[in-house]
Amino acid sequence: MARSDVQLMLEAKAGDDASFELLLQRYRTPLVSFLYRMVRDSATAEDLSQEVFIRVYRARAKYAPSAKFTTWLFRIATNLALNRIRDTRHRLLEISLDAPAEEHEPSMELPAREMRVDQLLLERDRAAVIRNAVESLPEKQRIAVLLHKYEDMDYVEIAKVLECSEAALKSLLFRAYETLRVQLAPLVAGAASPAPAETAGTGKGRPS
Amino acid sequence: MNYKANCERISSELVPYLDGRANAAEQSAVESHAAVCPACRERIEEFRKLFGVLNEMPAIEPSGAFDARVRARISAEPRRSLFDWLVPAPRLAFALAILLALSVWMGKFPTAENAVATAQSEQDFHVIKDLGVLENYDVLKGFDALSELPVSTQEPEQTQQDQQPKDGQI
Repeated sequence: MARSDVQLMLEAKAGDDASFELLLQRYRTPLVSFLYRMVRDSATAEDLSQEVFIRVYRARAKYAPSAKFTTWLFRIATNLALNRIRDTRHRLLEISLDAPAEEHEPSMELPAREMRVDQLLLERDRAAVIRNAVESLPEKQRIAVLLHKYEDMDYVEIAKVLECSEAALKSLLFRAYETLRVQLAPLVAGAASPAPAETAGTGKGRPS
Repeated sequence: MNYKANCERISSELVPYLDGRANAAEQSAVESHAAVCPACRERIEEFRKLFGVLNEMPAIEPSGAFDARVRARISAEPRRSLFDWLVPAPRLAFALAILLALSVWMGKFPTAENAVATAQSEQDFHVIKDLGVLENYDVLKGFDALSELPVSTQEPEQTQQDQQPKDGQI
């Protein structure tokens, strides 16, 4: 029988690096995927994932199994991702402020996510359109959707990561999916209705 | 209409209903509302389709070098030494060591109470030292042969008394 995350972490705390290696193998893919969907860049997602594992490794001596391991892991990942997004945004703002002013203002180009979905469909494939729609959600809604839909976390865990109540989380998720339903209306309209069992979180990235 | 008010009320239960995590009461509330509300029925159907569409969003795999890079960084981390195991909180241990050193250092200075105690103990020491003589005093007093000696045991006191007036006269 596979050892639980808590068991592995307690063994790593006792000095067994092989147990930590098993945790790394178990969560490397879900973590990199989650961070990739957060920061939109695979190299940055890998850098941040490494940083998450190093932080967990450094904190192993103080580990107490008071919360689920995944809650702790994804909370570190979320904080690192948000910090990186804010740093990047800040840097881009500085660059744009430092740039020399042009005589004639160029016509404002709409960001890709604000273009009409049917226009985008002509230029990009479906996966890119879906990714774009998810990425355009406000930060908190995006994290909630990524953890709910792609990491298959339960409500209690997601609420802890986002530091909100369960009721607030359910409302947040409804608003996020409602936004996606509108943004992806052409795709949704053409989709076949899946069986009710298939509508639950996919759990693609999360080991059981 | 009455059911319109319920649309908002059940909206936060729609996602748990669709992912199968709603309890029996929540599930029944959504189903009974959907039975009378065509808009919510349509929304539920579209949410189901949306969840299927979102499954198309690809996940990425870590690159081949990912594990090696994490392992390299982990092996570069400082190992826990025997000292770390013995002293789990170095700051606390340092504070205690300083406190101990200070208390030893402060203990070297004599306080007023210490001075009195030292003086008292010196007096006691002399009494104890002369205890042998005092214990033998009665024996010596009753020893007849000694009474015949020209110098009595009270002589030094008398000599002092005799000398005092003389000193005063000078």
